[in-house]
Amino acid sequence: MAFKGRKVSGRSLALLGLGIAALLVLVWGGDALSWARDNRVVLVQALVTGLLLGGVYSLVSMGLTLIFGVLDILNFAHGAFMALAMYASFVLVANAGFDPYLSLLVSVPLLFVLGVLVQRVLLARVMDQPHENQLLLTFGLALLIENALLMVFTATPRTVEFPYAQTGIPLGFATVRGPLDVFGAVADLPRVIAFLGSLVIAGGLFYLLRRTSLGTAIRAVAENPDGAAMVGIDVRRMHMIAFGLGTACVAAAGTLVLPFLSLQPTTGEQFNVIAFVVVVLGGLGNVVGALVGGILIGLVQELGGAFVPGVDKLFFVFVVFVLTLLLRPQGLFGGKP
Amino acid sequence: MGALRRFDRDLLVLAAGVLVLIPVPLFLSGFLLEVAIQTLLFGLLGVAWNLMGGFAGQFSFGHAAFFGIGAYATAVAVTDYGLSPWVGMLLGAALAAAFGVLVGFLSFRYGLKGVFFALATFAFAEMLRLISRSLEAVNAARGYNIPIRSGNPWLTLQFPQGSPNYYYVILALLALSLLAVILLMRSRAGTFILSIRENEDAAAALGVNPMRYKLLAVALSAALTAVGGAFYVQYFFFIDPELAFGASVSIQILLPAIVGGIGTTWGPVVGSLIITVLGQGSTALVRTPPPFLEALQGVSGLDVAIYGALIVLVVLFLPRGVFGTLRERLGAA
Repeated sequence: MAFKGRKVSGRSLALLGLGIAALLVLVWGGDALSWARDNRVVLVQALVTGLLLGGVYSLVSMGLTLIFGVLDILNFAHGAFMALAMYASFVLVANAGFDPYLSLLVSVPLLFVLGVLVQRVLLARVMDQPHENQLLLTFGLALLIENALLMVFTATPRTVEFPYAQTGIPLGFATVRGPLDVFGAVADLPRVIAFLGSLVIAGGLFYLLRRTSLGTAIRAVAENPDGAAMVGIDVRRMHMIAFGLGTACVAAAGTLVLPFLSLQPTTGEQFNVIAFVVVVLGGLGNVVGALVGGILIGLVQELGGAFVPGVDKLFFVFVVFVLTLLLRPQGLFGGKP
Repeated sequence: MGALRRFDRDLLVLAAGVLVLIPVPLFLSGFLLEVAIQTLLFGLLGVAWNLMGGFAGQFSFGHAAFFGIGAYATAVAVTDYGLSPWVGMLLGAALAAAFGVLVGFLSFRYGLKGVFFALATFAFAEMLRLISRSLEAVNAARGYNIPIRSGNPWLTLQFPQGSPNYYYVILALLALSLLAVILLMRSRAGTFILSIRENEDAAAALGVNPMRYKLLAVALSAALTAVGGAFYVQYFFFIDPELAFGASVSIQILLPAIVGGIGTTWGPVVGSLIITVLGQGSTALVRTPPPFLEALQGVSGLDVAIYGALIVLVVLFLPRGVFGTLRERLGAA
């Protein structure tokens, strides 16, 4: 059931919308509408920022939901893998003068292999154990990775310069100079690139899952491992590849956000938490749900922050999370039972 | 009736254990006494978590919510209202139990199970963390420093540094918590709680109200966790949103039960001993390493990395926890 596209249930969307609206009305009363009229620019800016960031959330979450869909493991090390990929890119940029976007060619394969190894050496041994043991294993792994990074790179925040800030991006027919103007809002070039890059990679993952024989085998394992084994699919191998692919997704997302985010060993944690929310919102194991959910959560975070300043933006994300869990735990699009 | 005898034996073990542990401060001091106190504290938290996550089978990933409520209730009562921390502890326990019942009711009402229930508890704890960080009424992100108070130290729960009295207080709290859990589990209600864990539909068909007994386990678990939070504040004299409601607090609370043996009476205490000794040991190793490991001096991250590796090893090699595996090997039911 995991990767079938489902129709969005109108009732669930309506419920979610009502919940958010009720909350906003409670917090803000009737002033909200006039405020929105007066602050059109703030609102459009929040929409643009939320959309761009949401694309990155989508990519991170697609990796997480793929791992859950195929292996039934809730991966707490997802964010730590992201940080690892970011440091790999950072080293290449700072020490070898790589273009940060070119470092994708290193960080993504590197983390794919690491994911395959982690699945083969560690997680394969606990596949038949209760959920909490798998969860703890990935959590221990996250502590190990993050603190190994802390030992090597210390907690000093690292930054990578966006290489095309001065020159603009030559596209052949024109040179794109940032930041872009979207209905009066500012869209920074690195964020636009991260958004577009995430969508392209998400499209690639989608193509792989839907149109190749490898993808069909992975989906078969997600659907019914015993049946898949019976028709000759190597289930263990598919587990390794699925975990590797999930890790590769989060690695790509990490490298793509590097030019506009400061990097610390714990940078991935927040993405990990948000990916949990997105994955539940979209339906556990549902890749399309993760794509849409990521963008929704990006918008919720930025719009909530614009409407109610002074409260941590993540708070609104958790409000949506709790509402989803209570009203529609199978997610907006349905997922694994 | 094997279960009844098992819990009666547990009462004897408890009494003997307390008698053995009373003279311990005569032999330990300084750093080692601190380790002993923290072992008892996380033993208490593990016992509390185990009631809900082990005996009742409701895996919580957000016990920091209850811990933080106990800690904040005590900090507010002592700092803002000049009350005794014991009052704060009771208030915190009541508040945490109420919050637990609310979270539990909402979750069970909508049939959340397993991973979904764990994520729901996690989400509620994170929301409390974000609220306490933005709320100026509880000092926002700055948290609370507990002021030094004069008066009877047993009423203000403030003893000089290195005093063995903290040890006796937490030993008594742990013993009372264990007593409460053992008595609950040997009662009729305890049997119902276990039967719901094993097969909720069958229990309901026999007339047991699953919601009532699950909520009972959640409420007691939350209250005991809050007691631990209250002691934490009085022992460390400081609390802030991260230390109270952070995700790593939830992990620290569930680890003793997992490492020791989930759903066993003594597993959380055994687990706490192992975790605390190893955790504090690796911290001490980094602070003052022996000569041949001098390069490790002050390397931040090493102690937590060791801790992480330890979790991985326990899951790989002792999937039922230390106590659970031992009990299985020795064949005692």
